Amino acid sequence: MNSTSYLPSGMPAPVPAADGLDAPYWEGVLQGKLKVQRCSHCGTWQWGPEWLCHACNSFELAWEEVPPHGLIYSWQRPWHPVHPALRGFGPYLVVMVELPHAGGIRMVGNLLGPVDQTVQIGAPVTAVFERHDDALTPYALVHWRTAG
Amino acid sequence: MTRRGIRGAVAVAGIAETTYYKHGKSPDPEFVLALKAILGAAADAGIDPQDIDGFASYSNDRSDPSRIAAALGIRELRFSNMHWGGGGGGTAAAVANGAAAIAAGFADCVVVFRALAQGQFRRFGEALPDRTVSGNAAFLSPYGVMSPAQHYAMRATRFMHEYGVRNDALRAIAMASYAHAQNNPRAIKYGQPLDEATYDQSRWIVEPVNRLFDCCQENDGAAALILVPAERARDLPHKPVYLLGAAQGSDHRCGAPVMNATNFASSSFTTVGRRVFESAGLTPKDVDVVQSYENFTTGVMMAVVEHGFCEPEETNDFFTLENLLAPTGKMPLNTSGGNLAECYMHGLGLQLEAVRQIRGNSSNQVPGAKVAINIAGPMVTPVSSVIVGCEEALA
Repeated sequence: MNSTSYLPSGMPAPVPAADGLDAPYWEGVLQGKLKVQRCSHCGTWQWGPEWLCHACNSFELAWEEVPPHGLIYSWQRPWHPVHPALRGFGPYLVVMVELPHAGGIRMVGNLLGPVDQTVQIGAPVTAVFERHDDALTPYALVHWRTAG
Repeated sequence: MTRRGIRGAVAVAGIAETTYYKHGKSPDPEFVLALKAILGAAADAGIDPQDIDGFASYSNDRSDPSRIAAALGIRELRFSNMHWGGGGGGTAAAVANGAAAIAAGFADCVVVFRALAQGQFRRFGEALPDRTVSGNAAFLSPYGVMSPAQHYAMRATRFMHEYGVRNDALRAIAMASYAHAQNNPRAIKYGQPLDEATYDQSRWIVEPVNRLFDCCQENDGAAALILVPAERARDLPHKPVYLLGAAQGSDHRCGAPVMNATNFASSSFTTVGRRVFESAGLTPKDVDVVQSYENFTTGVMMAVVEHGFCEPEETNDFFTLENLLAPTGKMPLNTSGGNLAECYMHGLGLQLEAVRQIRGNSSNQVPGAKVAINIAGPMVTPVSSVIVGCEEALA
């Protein structure tokens, strides 16, 4: 486990879906790239991953790299431990980040920095890739940090 | 073409619940709880339990209708229905589904039931200690987002930001439930009043919207409700409580993965809230008492707003303890104590309370209540609502 991970070791580790739906995302984040779905037919952005475009129902969905920044759309500071690995750890910060340059799709990650910081909805944030190379299936998480 | 609908076609004839227990404390297995509630509801309706010919439930209730039918010696099983979706989103829909079966002639006596014994099975509020996750959970769990409280806090925080809603509105909802429970001996929190200071000092579950008292309990118990055709209900012991309208569902892409619902800052009721009133031919002004499922007080607040009881900008002024208390409040809310303070019977207890209000025998009776609404399972998808009323409400 990465010694600098935001949450303690023992948290559930993400593995790509067995059906292959989200494989390009997980491959991308290991390379420090944020890739999301975009319809090759009508151009609609889509997140989370699905097999077809919700706007035009085309199955021709491409994975497009997007600039790794966005705006805080919502947030929370959980205190109650919902997993054994979190007992005695919290609180921590979670943000939902909107990507206006990708059709306003939203992602969820931890907000790095002091846990007692004031979180402003609408504030710009930048992605921080947190690698977990020693996991059985190596992966990277996408956290966020308030942009300068 | 004649107007389609269930208004006045079906009535609730009987209700019952088991003793309500703290989670894990039921001396009976979950299946026994289900049987006891169903037998109690049949007795309340004045019918032979072997005349029940249909079952409706929700949230993957584990008590299988065929097993119940065999156990009770039911003569003929004609309808069995499970409403998709988790949480309490199907509570009102199960009532509507049972009523629809009766209106369609598929069945003549449908029992709607829910049984929970969390000592036998796992709790809702703590995630499984999974080592790996995939699919939707892979984008949430590794960041420590696993519980219903957390999923819905994201919606509520955004809603409260957009409309300037203060936490005082949530406190009023919690305090109303606890105040009502003090007059209800069935309630788990009977004899345990809640004051402002205790609420304010309670620990955060998920800041900035869920303190301990904003969250439902988790309990053991069962509840059941018997539906029959309206004309039959008139010959049974209790005053019939008619279904006036019902709706279920959610709006555009409500279930989109990774919390990408189009209208995210919502309780999922923007469409259902409108349709339930259309189906009943009523408006919020016609409603005397509101039962609104509390998974969290945030869900109650948003759901009541999205049913049109007030504008979102009016939330702070509308959700005051005075307005929410029976018998004199503008909008008496959760008059049994609800999921917060009576029992987390996955919302079915709130359905029973609406029936008591229309019968006129609630422990927090709203004088002359003719119309009650049940709002079920905010923030999940699908959600559902049902409006019930007395004979005069049909006129």
